[in-house]
Amino acid sequence: MSSHAHTGHAVVVEPSGFIRKYIFSIDHKVIGIQYFLLALTAVCVGIVLSLLMRFHLVYPGAHLPLVSGGIMTPEQYLALVTMHGTIMVFFVLTTAPQGGFGNYFLPIQIGAPDMAFPRLNMLSFWVTFLAFVAIIAAFVVPGGAPISGWTGYTPLSGMGEVTGPGEGMGQTLWIVSISLFCLASLLGALNFIATTIDLRAPGMTLFRMPLTVWGWFVTAILGLLAFGVLLAGGILLLLDRSAGTSFFLPAGLVVNDQLQPHSGGSPLLWQHLFWFFGHPEVYIAILPGMGVASHVLSTFSRKPVFGYRAMAMALCAIGFLGFMVWGHHMFLSGMSPYSGFAFSVLTMSIGVPSAIKTFNWIGTLWGGKIQFKSPMLFALGFVSLFVSGGLSGLFLAQPAVDNMLHATYYVVAHFHLVMGVAAIFGIFSATYFWFPKMFGRMMSEPLAKIHFWFTFVGAYCIFMPMHFVGLAGGIRRYADATGTTYAGVLQPVHMFMTYAAFITGAAQLIFLFNFFWSLKHGAIAGKNPWNATTLEWITDSPPPIDNFGGDYPSVYRGPYEFSVPGYRQDFIPQNLTPEQAALLK
Amino acid sequence: MRLSNRNSSSGSAAPAAMLAALIVIMVAATVYVFAANPFPSRPPAAITSVGLLVDHQYFLTLCVTGTVFILSQLGLAYAIWRFRDRGQAAHFTRGNNTMEMIWTTATIVLFLGLGLMGRKAWAEVRFTPAEANAVQVEVTTNQFVFNFRYPGPDGQFGRLDPTQVSASTGNPLGLDPKDPAGKDDIVVPTLTVPVDHQIELLIRSQDVIHNFYVRELRLQQDAVPGMVIPIHFTANQIGHYEIMCTQLCGLGHYRMRSFLDVVSEADYQNFLKQQGASQ
Repeated sequence: MSSHAHTGHAVVVEPSGFIRKYIFSIDHKVIGIQYFLLALTAVCVGIVLSLLMRFHLVYPGAHLPLVSGGIMTPEQYLALVTMHGTIMVFFVLTTAPQGGFGNYFLPIQIGAPDMAFPRLNMLSFWVTFLAFVAIIAAFVVPGGAPISGWTGYTPLSGMGEVTGPGEGMGQTLWIVSISLFCLASLLGALNFIATTIDLRAPGMTLFRMPLTVWGWFVTAILGLLAFGVLLAGGILLLLDRSAGTSFFLPAGLVVNDQLQPHSGGSPLLWQHLFWFFGHPEVYIAILPGMGVASHVLSTFSRKPVFGYRAMAMALCAIGFLGFMVWGHHMFLSGMSPYSGFAFSVLTMSIGVPSAIKTFNWIGTLWGGKIQFKSPMLFALGFVSLFVSGGLSGLFLAQPAVDNMLHATYYVVAHFHLVMGVAAIFGIFSATYFWFPKMFGRMMSEPLAKIHFWFTFVGAYCIFMPMHFVGLAGGIRRYADATGTTYAGVLQPVHMFMTYAAFITGAAQLIFLFNFFWSLKHGAIAGKNPWNATTLEWITDSPPPIDNFGGDYPSVYRGPYEFSVPGYRQDFIPQNLTPEQAALLK
Repeated sequence: MRLSNRNSSSGSAAPAAMLAALIVIMVAATVYVFAANPFPSRPPAAITSVGLLVDHQYFLTLCVTGTVFILSQLGLAYAIWRFRDRGQAAHFTRGNNTMEMIWTTATIVLFLGLGLMGRKAWAEVRFTPAEANAVQVEVTTNQFVFNFRYPGPDGQFGRLDPTQVSASTGNPLGLDPKDPAGKDDIVVPTLTVPVDHQIELLIRSQDVIHNFYVRELRLQQDAVPGMVIPIHFTANQIGHYEIMCTQLCGLGHYRMRSFLDVVSEADYQNFLKQQGASQ
């Protein structure tokens, strides 16, 4: 517990110039919105790329807009695969939940005036922005965007353009972008951890923190431990490509009959470094969403979170185990089969805290008084998608079964449901839930509901059939699968998924319209439109520059005091003193 | 259209019914496809005993996860409908430690048990080395072809020299002409093996990472430059099967294919004789 929030800060004055207020702002709220808008831009790019891919898969010979030459070449398809994955994982799924909502709401929810290091926070955002510029630049350099996938496996990514178009400048920019992103995320993680530990309001003990804060806190710890490893990997890969080193390149490589001047490196080393980051990254994307789901399910069921402590502990357990399972991406890589088996058992065990979370979410709903507001619909959708996407992981976690499913569309279906769509549902839930606080106005509820129905049905229509394509043997990352003996007959299923993808993609325009329309025309929200309990709802919408107008709260109770027997009102804010609360009896 | 917010506690029935119904339909459709196979949604039959073990483990996992999937989705749908806002008071509870213990223990037993049971199908191929009399074939991959090398009558693979690799002049593997053991080596673009005989593949790559995957074998293995990775199998069905590269290896990845021909012992000997004569 800390009293810093009350005494340690000078009076915060809002900067008057446009640049210091909106561009190089050190206000965590502005930075949070900057991260959110960056992610919104990135997701639009990412969706367009995926729609181009889906279109190409069913109409491989068709003329396409945005594609140089008109008809998509295999290397252009692989560039889309690479850029879609990279942009979505880094600049959407990592950026929006943590950089966006975490930045905006973590300090407010713990009763702090800002992050612990506001200038570092600004630096984090602008380095992330540079990383985004670098990745987008990869589209337009000679040779085009890289074709080695978001995992950038070397030697394909490690030798320059001899291995394929896009492997020259495009791949270099990819590495620069990812390395910058790692640097920014490291700084951000430090800031989140310091803020959570040091700036909590009086009375805000760890077990009185909202589960959203738990989610961001554990995510920040994962980020601190994971991004450093990828940063190191990125630097070594860059040296292999540009300085003649051979960290990842063995002797005797022959490309186009030309012996390459490398020796002594190991391609598996890159995979270990990448996945030591890459698997925790999956949880970096989903843990904040889990926090939001718990928070929103409780608020709109008008019930405390079922098993709050179990939920907080399960977040920690997932984070901890998340560092011990990276080898399940490498069962068939040539890694020792004994290691593979150990990784398999550890991976199966991560299903346990995941199941605990699911059961507690249903427990939170059980006996509730469920209000189907748009944030709640997306939180419920999150639970359903997380269950569907998570359970297929139990197949892939077993190396024997992985023998038949690895690198098929089954894997694509699995991770899109569980870390893609579920995480995006977490982001939508957070957006509909906190928009009123961030901008002082409500989003249109009818439009939000239409958006939900299309997106929920659409997500399942795209990704559920994809499991079956994978089971039948459809291989991912094939620019054209019509030539294979089995995959050709799966084209009608691909067709169905493509139509579903276009409809679902179009439905996102409803969200965009609602977002920007509501900024100006939404109903005035007031301080606490959802009758919620946590500290962000006791301050103005939007909050003043120092979050609480100088009147910093103290905390007297847990975060989810809904429908407590004996009170006239069905929610008790965290900052009410026992005396104030007694007046509600 | 009225876009403003209506803040009433009634009106929960329609969204509750719709969401619950959609979840039930999703579960029903998924179960239907798994059960009835209305479009190709299963792998072709396995042609090895290990493949059948893999299929068995897959089926076991499907039963366990399928049960959890159906129960939790239907539980969710039920809660959504049953506990919709009808003006009632929510039932106050902070949780239930007994239930936490029950579902934690249950999932530990179920998930870890499943993981441990999966050991057998994995160990059969990966923990045990090939038999001494297994037919050895070396698999070499490069952008975007497979080459298969048989040691010839002497049973010895000749030395490879990466400086002599020249696909354009007919020496894609860089066989060293000075090594007598290499004189009778057979190099072909497709894999032919005898039925009911153990085969050991020595998998390697010249440039980037590729993969050797045959669905009917339920066997997949990356080909990693700098490594020679052995795997073994015994095919029990004569037939023509597709070999595919499943590791992203460059622009021609999608067309990197070859074929596995499982033939009778007599046909296999003929194949060796013909190829030996022509090389």
